[in-house]
Amino acid sequence: MRIRAITLRILQQFIHDKRTMALMFIAPLLVLSLMSLVFNGDAYEPKIGVAPGAAVFSTALEAQKAEITGYDNDESGNAALQAGDIDAYITMKGTTPEIMLEGSNPAANRAVMMALQEAMQSLQPSAAGSVQNQPQISYLYGAEDMKTIDRFGPIMIGVFVFFFVFLIAGVSFLRERTTGTLERLLSTPLKRWEIVLGYVCGFGIFTVFQALLISWFSIQVLGIMMAGSFGYVLLMTLLLSMSALTLGTLLSAFAANELQMIQFIPLVIVPQIFLSGLFPLDTLPLWLQRVGLATPIYYGAQALMDIMIRGKGWNDIALDVFMLIGFSLLFMLLNVLALRKHRKM
Amino acid sequence: MKQANPVITVTHVDRAFGSKKVLKDITLQVEHAETFGILGPSGSGKTTLVKLLTGIDEVTSGEINVLGVRMPKLAMLQQIGYMAQSDALYTELSAKENLEFFASLYGLKGGNRTRRIRDVMELVNLQEHLRKRVDQYSGGMKRRLSLAIALLHEPPLLLLDEPTVGIDPVLRQSIWKELKALNHKGTTIVLTTHVMDEAEKCGRLAMIRDGVLLAVDTPAGLLQATGSSTIEEAFLYYGGVRP
Ligand SMILES: Nc1ncnc2c1ncn2[C@@H]1O[C@H](COP(=O)(O)OP(=O)(O)OP(=O)(O)O)[C@@H](O)[C@H]1O
Ligand SMILES: [Mg+2]
Repeated sequence: MRIRAITLRILQQFIHDKRTMALMFIAPLLVLSLMSLVFNGDAYEPKIGVAPGAAVFSTALEAQKAEITGYDNDESGNAALQAGDIDAYITMKGTTPEIMLEGSNPAANRAVMMALQEAMQSLQPSAAGSVQNQPQISYLYGAEDMKTIDRFGPIMIGVFVFFFVFLIAGVSFLRERTTGTLERLLSTPLKRWEIVLGYVCGFGIFTVFQALLISWFSIQVLGIMMAGSFGYVLLMTLLLSMSALTLGTLLSAFAANELQMIQFIPLVIVPQIFLSGLFPLDTLPLWLQRVGLATPIYYGAQALMDIMIRGKGWNDIALDVFMLIGFSLLFMLLNVLALRKHRKM
Repeated sequence: MKQANPVITVTHVDRAFGSKKVLKDITLQVEHAETFGILGPSGSGKTTLVKLLTGIDEVTSGEINVLGVRMPKLAMLQQIGYMAQSDALYTELSAKENLEFFASLYGLKGGNRTRRIRDVMELVNLQEHLRKRVDQYSGGMKRRLSLAIALLHEPPLLLLDEPTVGIDPVLRQSIWKELKALNHKGTTIVLTTHVMDEAEKCGRLAMIRDGVLLAVDTPAGLLQATGSSTIEEAFLYYGGVRP
């Protein structure tokens, strides 16, 4: 009897909380569809650049579904490789093919090597005469022994920083509302933007330490590949925390309790993870790639990969830095507006 | 120091949440340095009215002026000491930390801040528990701490939403004594209550029921006008329960 009463009460609570109910049914569908899009995307088609001397490979590689671009000289080829426009660049040195891999993505490396192997075997005997030796392989970034974690590491740093700051800042701002202290704050001459900024500063200090700890741990303890400057890694994790903090406090305005705050994870965090570059984005439908461009984790992850794997500096991460600052400012502004719900002035 | 202008004027005020009218055509005035009680049963709209007076909430129609200023007005919050019905305290902090935090919000600094904190904690008789964490406070202690915070910045107007709930009779008496002392110093106090015997201590009383103002008068005046011997009877009379 008592059990029945409890069962009934829980069902009633669900019926009153339509959001939770919707989440239980819709969120898994959302996450599953994202996963299927990511994993069932067409097989990755490597983009290979070909030097004039190595044109002999073009047709054979194209037959392997590789996307071939011919370059007039090695400078333009190497530039494209550095910019990440192509995954590999093939030149000929005498009768030895030389392959330079971009190297930062193990999945792309594999795709290139596979296409190349097949292509070599299918070369016409007439052409085969000019290609006698085994190809020489080198890496622009990364290395042959680059592990998957080296690729995922920078992204996961971004993801975890974002996730925890989002949740903790969001919940604590939410509790401010549910315990009545927000109303109490709003009955003092405090301005709305001062509350928002106060939160940014208070949590900002914590996130500095958090960023330090996570970056240090990943690089020193986990030994994730680190080609660039530690200062930039710190800067990016900090900016990412800032955007998570401002987004969390903003969204807490739309949650009635802690549980509803947690419901934002599959809606706000998980899709960002999938679109962050953890998996090749080229295979996703174009509209979904665009969605990725509107998420903070994407920029944080791109910049962290540039710094940690490719050892790049300010010029290459500047855009990501400004995007994250922009996101944070936007979320703060929206939060000041959202607080109008509680006090108009 | 008699002041000609009333501290609060409420003129034909309505407040509706959606289609539900919670306050209907309220008109009243609160004079300088008086204790003005708002008496009414649960759900009658007392808290809603007090929030309108603070300016946190806005009227649907009508007008509220506090100290001659049309509400809501941010700068007026410096003049108001507000004690909410539910204790809005940071329970994971100590009483001292709570007081310091709110004191800073009102711009109190240094020695002045320390002195005010000591004064208000003495006033609510919590000086020994200054360093205790608020989650170790009893319900009545939290209530008193909330009152102490409302008094911190020496506001000329106090808005107290059920200030003495959960406080024992002895302490309640001493708090009333302090409130009266504040009145003498020129502080205007508006408080809500649904405890009848407490209502008698107010200088004037507003009786409110279902968002309608039934009567405003001194407790003695209300008794006389209704021919009742207790405030409770007077209240029932206005509510139409008693002929
Ligand atoms: N934000 C709101 N949205 C909708 N209705 C509200 C809201 N706030 C209060 N009400 C309604 O307004 C009416 C008056 O509420 P109020 O809190 O002012 O009562 P009260 O007199 O303070 O009661 P109590 O003595 O129990 O504290 C109630 O019917 C309540 O349901
Ligand atoms: Mg109330």
